[in-house]
Amino acid sequence: MLRYALKRLLSLILSLAVASVVIFAVIEIAPGDPASFMLGVNAQADTLAALRAELGLDVSKVERYFNWVGGMLVGDFGTSYTYRTPVSQMITDRLWVSLPLALYALTLSTLIAFPAGIYAAARRGKPGDLAVMGATQLGIAVPNFWFAMMLVLIFAINLRWFNAGGFAGWENGFWTGLHSLTLPAIALALPQAAILARVMRSALLDILAEDFMRTARAKGLSRRQALWRHGVRNALIPVLTIIGLQFSFLLAGSIIIEQVFYLPGLGRLVFQAISARDLIVVESVVMLLVFAVIMVNFLVDLAYAAVDPRLRSRT
Amino acid sequence: MSRNLILGAALSSLVLLAALVSFVWTPYDHAALNIPAKLQPPNTQHWFGTDHFGRDMFSMIMVGARTSIAVALVAVGIGMALGVPLGLTAAARKGSWLDEVIMRGNDLVFAFPSLVIAILITAVFGAGAINAIIAIGIFNIPVFARITRGAALSLWEREFILAARVSGKGAARISAEHILPNVANLLIVQGTIQFSLGILAEAGLSYVGLGAQPPTPSWGRMLADAQTMVSFAPHLALIPGLAIIVTVLGLNLLGDGLRDWLDPRIRVARA
Repeated sequence: MLRYALKRLLSLILSLAVASVVIFAVIEIAPGDPASFMLGVNAQADTLAALRAELGLDVSKVERYFNWVGGMLVGDFGTSYTYRTPVSQMITDRLWVSLPLALYALTLSTLIAFPAGIYAAARRGKPGDLAVMGATQLGIAVPNFWFAMMLVLIFAINLRWFNAGGFAGWENGFWTGLHSLTLPAIALALPQAAILARVMRSALLDILAEDFMRTARAKGLSRRQALWRHGVRNALIPVLTIIGLQFSFLLAGSIIIEQVFYLPGLGRLVFQAISARDLIVVESVVMLLVFAVIMVNFLVDLAYAAVDPRLRSRT
Repeated sequence: MSRNLILGAALSSLVLLAALVSFVWTPYDHAALNIPAKLQPPNTQHWFGTDHFGRDMFSMIMVGARTSIAVALVAVGIGMALGVPLGLTAAARKGSWLDEVIMRGNDLVFAFPSLVIAILITAVFGAGAINAIIAIGIFNIPVFARITRGAALSLWEREFILAARVSGKGAARISAEHILPNVANLLIVQGTIQFSLGILAEAGLSYVGLGAQPPTPSWGRMLADAQTMVSFAPHLALIPGLAIIVTVLGLNLLGDGLRDWLDPRIRVARA
């Protein structure tokens, strides 16, 4: 297990290193010098040079790359070009919106998908199964930002149960904050729930066909007992991977949903930074998102290997 | 043939037909402004109503289908054109450093949240349909590479491949003449699914203003325009959304149906 973990850790570090080079390179190709963008076209040459020095733009590209990566390793993400505040501070502020939103959506999607998937598998081929499968087909086809607009139309504009957008802030109480994240979380969760329910169903159907399920029934367990004690527990393995993958989809997907609801999260930060040519912010946020995805996948792999020793020998 | 296949083919052809017909005929000029007739709900003159400039929504949806299909189709094409040869090569050189490099590269692309990178690419290189295609296309490459390699690996163990090797054919020729035709079905099914994902991605990028630029109509941008008017003109948001759903649903059903139809083993197992 230790060897496996070390091997995975090595590939994790390698992935992160390559990812950082790619992100840095893409941003470097971006046309426009941040300093001249900030000062406008009429800037004096010496003012420009001073600002470039202040922003750390006057050193070579390689040096800049290592400054950036080295800084991130100790939690220093640099200073925003436009706001002149530490990027780490900006990211932390926005994470307080984006992270709870992703977790909220993940919880909702799991709460919807588990019962739906188990129900469908237990009633395979019957009308209940067909209804669930039809609903999931539809759920996958719905663009989440459109669904978000429909939620706003129904629950904010017509019924007035929620605000159409904006974030109330956690300082006004946990429930107030949660309330303003509810519609965005539902919009994010539903398409993911549809996928998860399908995975749950098919994983469970595979398990139900196994010999040990017949054995469980033969030793006197009822259908329901066998389903829960042996079926659902075993089906959780593939389902957990998908949940891990979904977390990254939710973080990334929230970028668009934050636009619909005007939420001050990471997604809006990226868009604002892009239009202001605040490249250091873009770079760091994208790197952070990639880090989160790679990290989640790493943890899922480890959790797997801990649960199922057979997986350690593979790869 | 299954119900999925028939329904999926019907919905997909409907959208494709709308896109094709829009080249020669639309009820109105999709770009013609007609302010006095603005924000009409669906009626007999304007089947899908009109937008805030009085443009005919039905015509815009038809032309928008063109944009969606073109972007998604080319993105799938990029994914196949680069991913399939990579997958074939990796399988032919299984276990070699080349295989390792290709597969690790795939893993790396998978690790990037695709939407974030698509946004990054379009932001850096400028918003527009071409950059949207590239951004979506890049993430199709590892999908096709992986699926091709997986299927090709098991084929390489088969006797007819051994026979081809004995007859003196090289790895490249075997890949092209024997492996490729045998993975084609799989690629068609996956292509349909990636096509539908491409439609969704294009809509998302256009919605945040990074996809096709005006005056090219696109469903995603129609939704973005509709957002501020959804309270008094809900049809502006409803109709482009339904267009996306019909297209994606149609393609997904078509993909499912094709998979069952093309793979006799599944057909037997399901019966």
